[in-house]
Amino acid sequence: MFELFTDYTLRTVAMGAGVLGIVSGVLGSFTVLRHQSLLGDAISHAALPGIVLAFLVTGSNAPLPLIVGAGVAGWVGTLLVRAIVRNTRIKNDGALGLVLSVFFGVGLMLLTYSQSRPDASQAGLDKFLFGQAAALLRNDVITIAALGGVAIVVVALFWKEFKLLSFDPEFGSVLGFRMGAIDVLLTTLVVVAIVIGLQTVGVVLMSAMVVAPGAAARQWTDRLGVMVCLSALFGALAGVTGALLSSTGAKLPTGPMVVLSASAIVILSLLFAPNRGLVWDKWRSRRTMISAGPQERAGRP
Amino acid sequence: MSQAQLEIQAIALVTATACALPGAFLVLRRMALMADAISHSILLGIVLAFFVVGSVGSPLLIVGAALMGIVTVVLVETLANTKLVGKDAAIGLVFPALFSVAVILIARFADDVHLDVDAVLLGELAFAPFERFVVNGYDLGPRALWVMGTILALNLAGLALFYKELKVATFDAALAAALGFSPVLVHYGLMGAVSVTAVGAFDAVGSVLVVALMIAPPATAYLLTDRLSQMVGLSAAAGAVTAIGGFWLAHWLDASIAGSMATTAGFLFGLAFLFAPDRGVVALVRRRRRQRWEFAQEMLVVHLLHHEHGPDADQENRVAHLQEGLRWEGDFTEEVVGRARRRGLVSVADGLLVLTDAGRERARRSFAA
Amino acid sequence: MAQTPSMRRAPQEAFTGATARPRDLAIEVMDLTVAYRDKPVLWDVDMNVPSSALMAIVGPNGAGKTTLIKAILGLVDISAGRVLIAGRPYEQQRRRVAYVPQRGSVDWDFPTTVLDVVMMGRYGALGWIKRPGARERQAAAEALEKVAMSDYAHRQISQLSGGQQQRVFLARSLVQDADVYLMDEPFQGVDATTERAIVTLLQELRDSGATVVCVHHDLQTVTEYFDSVTLLNVRRIASGPTSDVFTEENLRATYGGRMAWLKTASKTEPAQD
Repeated sequence: MFELFTDYTLRTVAMGAGVLGIVSGVLGSFTVLRHQSLLGDAISHAALPGIVLAFLVTGSNAPLPLIVGAGVAGWVGTLLVRAIVRNTRIKNDGALGLVLSVFFGVGLMLLTYSQSRPDASQAGLDKFLFGQAAALLRNDVITIAALGGVAIVVVALFWKEFKLLSFDPEFGSVLGFRMGAIDVLLTTLVVVAIVIGLQTVGVVLMSAMVVAPGAAARQWTDRLGVMVCLSALFGALAGVTGALLSSTGAKLPTGPMVVLSASAIVILSLLFAPNRGLVWDKWRSRRTMISAGPQERAGRP
Repeated sequence: MSQAQLEIQAIALVTATACALPGAFLVLRRMALMADAISHSILLGIVLAFFVVGSVGSPLLIVGAALMGIVTVVLVETLANTKLVGKDAAIGLVFPALFSVAVILIARFADDVHLDVDAVLLGELAFAPFERFVVNGYDLGPRALWVMGTILALNLAGLALFYKELKVATFDAALAAALGFSPVLVHYGLMGAVSVTAVGAFDAVGSVLVVALMIAPPATAYLLTDRLSQMVGLSAAAGAVTAIGGFWLAHWLDASIAGSMATTAGFLFGLAFLFAPDRGVVALVRRRRRQRWEFAQEMLVVHLLHHEHGPDADQENRVAHLQEGLRWEGDFTEEVVGRARRRGLVSVADGLLVLTDAGRERARRSFAA
Repeated sequence: MAQTPSMRRAPQEAFTGATARPRDLAIEVMDLTVAYRDKPVLWDVDMNVPSSALMAIVGPNGAGKTTLIKAILGLVDISAGRVLIAGRPYEQQRRRVAYVPQRGSVDWDFPTTVLDVVMMGRYGALGWIKRPGARERQAAAEALEKVAMSDYAHRQISQLSGGQQQRVFLARSLVQDADVYLMDEPFQGVDATTERAIVTLLQELRDSGATVVCVHHDLQTVTEYFDSVTLLNVRRIASGPTSDVFTEENLRATYGGRMAWLKTASKTEPAQD
């Protein structure tokens, strides 16, 4: 554990994962509440062609253009999902699945085309699939933190607008707020969070980071502010724990360890959170039965 | 065309068709993302089965994967039933966890084995002809072709045998239950088929693109027809075009066959999205524009009828007031009035619009509609 | 409750060459047509609601009642016609119009308290970014007092009964200090006590000069609760004071079916043929 303070690489990775956890926790709270949990999955997959194109256009592996490429592609994917749902009878799940897989396929095709090799076991794609948490550099972490910081500030500024958007957008519209614009803003922040996270945990697992901390936090509180903070905390905890655990042994890839940590937090929350937790529920109903008189137990009023 | 190329196309064709069949029902039942989840989590099934059996080539792997597919569905539904998280969140929690466990197990215990996670995720059809199905020394062709072919046959058989049940359970679960066959069984049967198909298709196209083959061709078909039987047929046809088209696209670009197939599938969907008769965007826009004029004329005659014998008739039934009251722009108003006149619905006298008998009839008919 | 300002306006705007319309109209709906995929949902609807009125909008399922409310509020696209609030277009009068949507339109499992939801009614006055403060909290508390929900101020909204949820939505509209209230089925699924309380509240609003328009599902109580009514079935069948307009003939024209149930004491709306 104390390697956290002495080992530079471990510190960097843990910080990167931790920051990711915070940002995806904060933004994930809103996507969970809006029942858009799988949008994260779609955006992650849709980002691939953007990354490849950015790489082809700039010819460099520098993170910023790739992030921009990923972001644009993710955004375009979201727009397409909406267009499909609005204009055809294909429902949200079908549209998400379609955009997710087709965009990813396009990205794969472009990637292999650019490398003139029919298989894609390239370090580049691996990084995208599974993240390269172990290869995070300090500069990467700084970029992540900067972007993440901006996202969090925006959330703080537009707090009541995002609350309105998530709870009752029609009412917000009647009050005079441009709910469409607010939706665009929030979705953009989600795209940013995901694009940041792709570097750390990769495509497949990114959707978990946008869902798990928020879902876990919801079990502990009924207040939005507390939920979002708790979600950030859980995300950071998952990130750092995952990084630590993965450093303890060989062949324990960071991305999956982070996700498992997050999943463990969710399971514990689902079971043990007061009020909503399943264990508490069982215990409470037993207590009610015990303290009830014999008539109640027999079912008579 | 070389033999290898033929074989690859055959495998692609069989794979795409096998995926399109259960995919049609996934799209209709709004379970598309469950397919995404299954296609990732069955990796764990493969890994666990591998630990049990010890070899990569065993058919038991398919069984293990199929079972894990069912387990995934059960876990998601159990989680969703607690009402503590939504259905969408349940999916997003279960499959990454299972997938992570699989990746870790592979990295820890099976690193040196040909259980290449990349291949699982991405597949590579180009190498498929290299693994042959050899019986008693006879080379019967690529193994993948036999595996996928069997799965296709199974899917076709399932479709033929249970078509009625699938149809009713998909469109009216309550009716299905009332008729005596369990929609739950149909549900799990379908998920089992999805799992088995996904495993078989891993070799060819990898898990993410299995999703593409299961969703895109059926989505394309959904835009082209209203009838279930046609939709299933068209899904298979779209899948076939995807397979062959994708192969040649990959050939031309020297790119991943799987990626090209997904791209082709997406392209076909795009065509349907835009140009499907009746349902495509182009058709919608054209129809809306045509109906706009129809609509406006109807509004015009109804409006005139409303105010014809009223006290404000002199004011209401003037072209100028139309712009005010109906908020129509000047040009639009002129155009609509012009069309209505040409059709003999109204006549104009001193700037006052008067309904003809035909116009009145038209207005009355819209009341009855 | 604070005195609401008079609804009279100088008769300059809106019409050129039209006959002068009475200016004590809170809501004027003119030639309103709303289409969904080119099928009319509302067709050439006229409706005038005077200030200090309590009006019901009734009609069968699919008549366009909710659509009418939403069209007035600018929530759906209008194909033709216009809406004026106190003589001005709705966009200029947003602050004066409060909306109480159907209860089912939100997810009540959202993590927030009763007080918080009511405070949302003040967000419009706050504008962008600004946070609600003590003043908003105070206004919300007063509104909760009026609907007898003060004890529940810090309760999580998922723990509320149907009637309590309805009161919360009402309180949310009260904090806006509006002149016009548009409500969508405020009595749907509430207990008898809540229903009585809501009626009293609405009548108080009306008596202090506000205009209240409700989509109402229960024909049996129209005469008792509302002083005016609009009968709607895609077209406006009739609109005006209840005593004049709520006749069997008009109801027949609206519902187009057997009317025998009207005489019974049942509280539910009949199924349509």
